[in-house]
Amino acid sequence: MTEELIIAGFGGQGVLSLGKILAYSGILQNQEVSWMPSYGPEMRGGTANVTVILSDERISSPYLKLFDTAIILNQQSMDKFESSIKPGGILIYDPNGITIHPKRKDIHIYQIDANKLSSEMGNKKVYNMVVMGGYLKVKPVVQLDNVVEGLKKSLPERYHNLIPLNVEAIQKGMDNLVTINEVSVLN
Amino acid sequence: MAELKLMKGNEALAEAAIRAGVDAYFGYPITPQTEIIEYLMMEQPEKRTGMVVLQAESEVAAINMVYGAAGTGKRVFTSSSSPGISLKQEGISYMAGAEIPAVVVNVVRGGPGLGTIQPSQADYFQSVKGGGHGDYKLYVLAPASVQEMADFVEDAFDIAFKYMAPVLILSDGLIGQMMEKVYLKEQKPRWTDEEIYKMHNDWATFGRKNGRERNIITSLDLKSEKMEKRVHRLYKKYAQMEEEDLRYETIQCEDAEYIIVAYGSSARIAQKTVDLARAKGIKVGLLRPITLFPFPKKQLMELTKQVKGILSVELNTGQMVEDVRLAVEHKVPVEHFGRTGGIIHTPEEILEALQQKLIKG
Repeated sequence: MTEELIIAGFGGQGVLSLGKILAYSGILQNQEVSWMPSYGPEMRGGTANVTVILSDERISSPYLKLFDTAIILNQQSMDKFESSIKPGGILIYDPNGITIHPKRKDIHIYQIDANKLSSEMGNKKVYNMVVMGGYLKVKPVVQLDNVVEGLKKSLPERYHNLIPLNVEAIQKGMDNLVTINEVSVLN
Repeated sequence: MAELKLMKGNEALAEAAIRAGVDAYFGYPITPQTEIIEYLMMEQPEKRTGMVVLQAESEVAAINMVYGAAGTGKRVFTSSSSPGISLKQEGISYMAGAEIPAVVVNVVRGGPGLGTIQPSQADYFQSVKGGGHGDYKLYVLAPASVQEMADFVEDAFDIAFKYMAPVLILSDGLIGQMMEKVYLKEQKPRWTDEEIYKMHNDWATFGRKNGRERNIITSLDLKSEKMEKRVHRLYKKYAQMEEEDLRYETIQCEDAEYIIVAYGSSARIAQKTVDLARAKGIKVGLLRPITLFPFPKKQLMELTKQVKGILSVELNTGQMVEDVRLAVEHKVPVEHFGRTGGIIHTPEEILEALQQKLIKG
C-alpha cells in the first residue's frame, strides 16, 4: 500500500496538523511516512498545503507532481491541484467558498461540508477532523484507534480532554460525506 | 533502546545533538533552518545534559564562539542557511587553518543574495570548493532523510575529531522542513573534563596543568616555509579522508544503462525517477554521494564501463556536474538537469530530461 496525498487550503484550517496526525497514525501501524509542507511566507488566511505519503515500503520522493488523493479546502487550491490527481484518484473538497466546482470525470469526487458540520458541533477548531472523517470513509488508510493515538502524540497534553470531541468530529465527517462523481476503478 | 518519533529534519538534528552529548550550540535564526535553534531553546538541554545553547548577535559572532569553545576540546556546533553560512566563511577558514574540530550545518535555501527561503542545492560549490579563503577543504556530509539528519551529527563529530578539522552537514529546506519517522539513539553523556584532558591536552586551550608547554591555536604562520608545511599537512588529511571515509549509496546500478548522480533532496526525488524509468523499460540507476567531499570518483569511473550516459541532478544550474565530468574524464556523456531559485524538480521532470538529453540526444 502506498497513499500519496495532498491536503491544501487556507492557513488556519488545520491543514498541516491534519497531515501530521495522519502521519503519526501511519507510524503507529508500522507504515513509512513523510510529511512535506509548503513552507514559506504563509499565514492565517494565506494558502497552505502539505504532501503526506503513507507506505508499506521505503518512501522515495517526498515531493510529488501527481497524487492518489487530494483534499481541497479552498478555491485557490482547487485551481492548483484538480489537475494533479491521478486518473481514478480521489478528490475530496469542502464546497464552502468554492465557485468553480471540479470538472474532471475520470476521478472520484466527494464533498464534505466541514465548515457547516464543525459549526453545528459548536467548535470550529475540529474542522480538520471532520475532513479527516470524510477522508477515512473513502480511504481507510489508517485505523480509527491509531488516529486517536496519533492525536495524543500530536496534541499537547493540556488539550487531551478534547480528544473525544475530535473523535466525534471524525465520526461526523464519516457520516456526512456526499458523493458527487464515482468512476469504476478505485485507484 | 532507540526511540521512534515523527520529526522535522531540523528538529531531529537538534535532538540528536543533545543525545550525542554535544557541549554547545551557537547560532542565529534564519529560514529554513530556524527549527534547530528553536528546538534547542525549547528543549533547554542545559537542564538535560548541561549543553549550552546560545543565540548569538550575528552569524559572525556565532562562528567565532564556535571557534573559541571548540578550541577547549569540547564538541561544539552551529547552523544556519545559505546567506548566514556565507557570513560564517571567515571563521570556517580560520578553523580549517588552525585545525579545530567543529560541526557546521547548512540548511540551504535559494540564492544568490537573500534569494528565497525555498529549498536549493546552489551552495555545492561553496561547500566543496572552499567557501572561505585559502587552501582547504571541508568534509561534507549530505543527508537525504530525517533519519540521516539525526545520524550525521555524531558521524560529523567523529570525523571532525579524527582529522582535527571542521565538518559540514549540507542539508536543504526540503530535508530540514519535512517530517519523517526517526529512530533516536539513547542519551550519551557529555565528555567529562578528565576525558577531555586525556584526549586533547596536546592541543586544546583549557588551562595548563602540570607545567606543560602552552598550546597555541592559530591559523597564522608568517614564515612561508612553515605555512606551506601546514597546508601540506591539511592536504594529507584530505587524502586520508578520500581513502578511509568516502561514503556513497548505489540504487539499482547493477544493470543500469544510464546513471543519475544526485545527493540530498534531489537523490530522494530521483529515486522515484528510477522507478518511473524502470516501469517504462529504461534501465536507470542512482548513485548518491553521501559525502560530497570526498567524492565517489573511482565509483563513477567504474560505472563508465557499463553506462551510456550520466545525468547530474541538482537543485541548481549545474555545479556537481563539473565534478562528475572530472571523475569520468569524458568517457561517457555527462549532462545536468536541475530547477533552481527554490523550485523543486518533480520525478517526472527528471525522467523527461534524462530521455531528452541522453537517450534521444
